[in-house]
Amino acid sequence: MASIVAVIASTHHPFYYRASTSTGADRPPFADEWVRKITAFRETLTRANPDVLVMVGSDHFHQLWLDNMPQFLVGKAPFYDANWYNEEREFGLPRMLLKGQEDLSAHILRAGLDAGFDLAFSNELRIDHSVTCPIITLRPEADLPIVPIYTNIFAPPLPQPSRFVALGEAIRRIVEDWPSHLRVAIIGTGHLSLELGGPRQFGPHGPDPEFDRRAVEWIATGDLDSCLREVSLESLHAPGNATHGFMDFMLMMGVAGAGAKADHVDTLDLFHTMEAYFTWYPNGVPA
Amino acid sequence: MSKYLLNKFLYTVDRDPDLVERYRADPRELVAWWEGSLSNALLNCPTPEASTWQRLTDEERSALIEHDHCKLFELGAHPFLTLTLFIAMFERDNSEPLEYQKAYGARMARFALPYPDIAT
Repeated sequence: MASIVAVIASTHHPFYYRASTSTGADRPPFADEWVRKITAFRETLTRANPDVLVMVGSDHFHQLWLDNMPQFLVGKAPFYDANWYNEEREFGLPRMLLKGQEDLSAHILRAGLDAGFDLAFSNELRIDHSVTCPIITLRPEADLPIVPIYTNIFAPPLPQPSRFVALGEAIRRIVEDWPSHLRVAIIGTGHLSLELGGPRQFGPHGPDPEFDRRAVEWIATGDLDSCLREVSLESLHAPGNATHGFMDFMLMMGVAGAGAKADHVDTLDLFHTMEAYFTWYPNGVPA
Repeated sequence: MSKYLLNKFLYTVDRDPDLVERYRADPRELVAWWEGSLSNALLNCPTPEASTWQRLTDEERSALIEHDHCKLFELGAHPFLTLTLFIAMFERDNSEPLEYQKAYGARMARFALPYPDIAT
């Protein structure tokens, strides 16, 4: 059976690429510290020596649109083009091409459907920065095949937070049951408190530092009980109008497992939003 | 009221560089053109198939023509779509980083929780 060699949860800040590659007067003052933290985070994946990456993210109205909106979707394709014109325009993100791992996509779809998750699928998916940001931060060579899994945290009505956790738990079991010798890392990205297009956007910190502090504690300690007790679709409006992206962190807590303490925890307080980086090693820390 | 159609406007304009420029330069012309050509288009279908019933209200049309992002927020347009398109049109006029984004937020200071519902 396949082995899950790392579980990783992260924010996906689209400005990292530009900040980390800019020089001279264009380089923001926080760039060097950010690069140091990302470099340490990247090492947590490199050390696990994965063969395949399952990438959990959320399309930002790029390919998935309101005339036909899936709640959970699994990509199954030999390749994925990546990044879109408006991400190039706003964030300076490069166009990318990633390989797919179709056998694992097919396995996740079949087993997910049989486990009670009516997963949508796509055989031609152009992925966006929710998947490419962690490729850029964690595996900039972009050389490993992926299985993209998209969640709807964006276009209400949304699934309940508990459903994200349950899907994460199912993905963990399903990947562990994949008849393969390959080493799989499961990586998912979301947000802590975040406001986009509202009065609290682009402040000196994230819109709700207290929510961020509690959220980091829940994730780092695997405290799913407290997280599920305190988080609802309604409550997530309070920390910021884009905070429903936190449910992708909850999905990853499901993958990591209740009570699983993260082996790597780091944060960076930036303007606009707090960055947060977590790595779990289900089979112990690699030598 | 059609939050969906407002979002469809923002979505289809944002993803087309020529439409972004036309919307910045002459919003009245662009909105009229869009209503005549794209408002009823089924986006993943060949052009002979189209909807027949999509129509902006006068209030929605005015908000789009006036580039009034606060009114669009009040009407329940998706804030991510509005922000992304307006940054595309106006960030270029910044004299310092994030100037437009911060001013955009400041103009919305009158909104308190709960924000207008964006469910479509």
